[in-house]
Amino acid sequence: MIRKQDMRRLDAMRWEIPTSYREDMLVPVQIFASEQLLEEALGDKSLQQAINAATLPGLAGPVLVMPDVHQGYGFPIGGVAATTYPSGIISPGAIGYDINCGVRLLSSRIRADEVEKRLSDLATALDSNCPSGVGVSGSVHLNVKELEKICREGSGWALKNGFARKQDLLRTEENGCIAGAQPSAVSARAKQRGRTQLGTLGAGNHFIEVDLVEQVFHPDAADAMGLKEGALAVQIHCGSRGFGHQICSDYVREFQTAVKRYGIRLPDRELVCAPLDSPEGKRYLAAMACAANFAFCNRQVLAHHARRAFEQTLAGHVADWDLTQVYDIAHNMGKIEEHEIGGKPTRVCVHRKGATRAFGPGFKGLPDEYQPFGQPVLIPGSMGTASWVLLGTEGSMALSYGSTCHGAGRVMSRRQAKREIWGEDLRQKLEEDGIRIRAGSLPGLAEEAPQAYKDVDQVIDVVTKAGIASKVARLTPLVVIKG
Amino acid sequence: MVNDTVEEIEHTADWAIRVRASDLQSLFELAAEGMVNLIGQAENGASSITRPITLQAADLETLLVSWLEELLFILETENLILKRSTVQLLSEVQLLATIELQLAPELWKEIKAVTYHNLDVQQTTAGYEVSIVFDV
Repeated sequence: MIRKQDMRRLDAMRWEIPTSYREDMLVPVQIFASEQLLEEALGDKSLQQAINAATLPGLAGPVLVMPDVHQGYGFPIGGVAATTYPSGIISPGAIGYDINCGVRLLSSRIRADEVEKRLSDLATALDSNCPSGVGVSGSVHLNVKELEKICREGSGWALKNGFARKQDLLRTEENGCIAGAQPSAVSARAKQRGRTQLGTLGAGNHFIEVDLVEQVFHPDAADAMGLKEGALAVQIHCGSRGFGHQICSDYVREFQTAVKRYGIRLPDRELVCAPLDSPEGKRYLAAMACAANFAFCNRQVLAHHARRAFEQTLAGHVADWDLTQVYDIAHNMGKIEEHEIGGKPTRVCVHRKGATRAFGPGFKGLPDEYQPFGQPVLIPGSMGTASWVLLGTEGSMALSYGSTCHGAGRVMSRRQAKREIWGEDLRQKLEEDGIRIRAGSLPGLAEEAPQAYKDVDQVIDVVTKAGIASKVARLTPLVVIKG
Repeated sequence: MVNDTVEEIEHTADWAIRVRASDLQSLFELAAEGMVNLIGQAENGASSITRPITLQAADLETLLVSWLEELLFILETENLILKRSTVQLLSEVQLLATIELQLAPELWKEIKAVTYHNLDVQQTTAGYEVSIVFDV
């Protein structure tokens, strides 16, 4: 097991595991962490998994580990790796089964104190408008032809079909549509799973939250985003549902034989990969784009349903019940980007698994109003605790392939959480704290208890001190809808 | 001979089980039972349906993943959960099974995928053993 003395400290918030630690490492592992968060990361196998990832062929620079890291399967959650494009590899498992799992934030002009008595009704309306839970179908059933349109158009499909506004798309990563999607690269099984799941939240750690904008740290950026202290905001956290899960499963299985064809040896079968310029690699990229576009569209349809729930509950009671898109960003994705590595602009495929793109000011893909500030970064905390709105920085471009953390990060196993926390007790405690909960499964609720996660404020402290993000606002939950 | 067992093991973010069995057929049957116990339960007294499954894969571990994925696919697309299975391995890469399914009215948690993380079916002096990590 890796120990702290096996690392060298790069600066106050960065640590490095050199390639000399294990002979099959091709690049170092760099960890963004405080002393305390590093100790927590040493408590599970997450750093061992990062070391395994450092053996992937074609890496252009160090494997990075964010302060919210925790043990995943193959690649750690909170890991970032950049492979040279197109000669390097792409690894579906290093992106994750929930392709384009991500977060959308909507702002409002509704003051929380104006609607406090209506929050319980709002929770009920959100719960009934936004289907959640295991095996639940959405209100939009698609035939295969329509599903394939979503694969190609992403949120553009939602705009054409009355589920979106133009500004929603402008304020979404890649305008809600990744180029290069090819539905022919997606299996019939994935399409069968995806047809009934548009506009559904799913289960697990996915949620819709109504938050209070508790504190603003960057008034100009918050103003551009429509975030006002004391007002409500809405977060939507979910991904590509069974459609994306099936696509990843299909390609992890297919790549088991591809690695043998390409002579790639790996310490863990979950890390299987193929060269980006190989037929297998190109098909995975085309299929991954389909799942990513489905996920953008899914969060867009859920945002439409959230707007309807706000209208149903608050129309006539407040002057303006509308929700305005702040941003929508993925935290499980592979993206072809250009970064300066070793002093040279280099085209790479950045694998972010439980890590968020965090591009700095002046990035061309941002809407005009965000250009001076940088890309909004949305960091959901654990249930019942704070969430954060951050900005990408020049530091994230220089140090972390334009990436930062994605959440609080788990510290307690799901088994331990189920053993130690009783779902009904937790719900009562959260309700006593003023948080209205609607949850499909009480055991599921227990697994997502706040005490199973790291302190998100500590994670934010690390990324801001390390310079790979800056603070805009802190949000605290008032309503939580969980699958 | 070993006692055939399936137990949940610690994993920070996901779910994991360890399965021990005296033969491969039992290992596959127990792995399915262990997975189903994590996600929900069949409705008591509900009528069940039986159907055959045939699977082929590149290797033993992939066959195990495909078997469990097949059950998840049926669950998600038909809302039918495994009640009982009888597995017959024609070889290490080919499986015939009979599965008994029931309506799954009460599901606790979603499994997104069966992973290959450190997946290695090991032959022991007493039979077979494998640990399986599920993405949730």
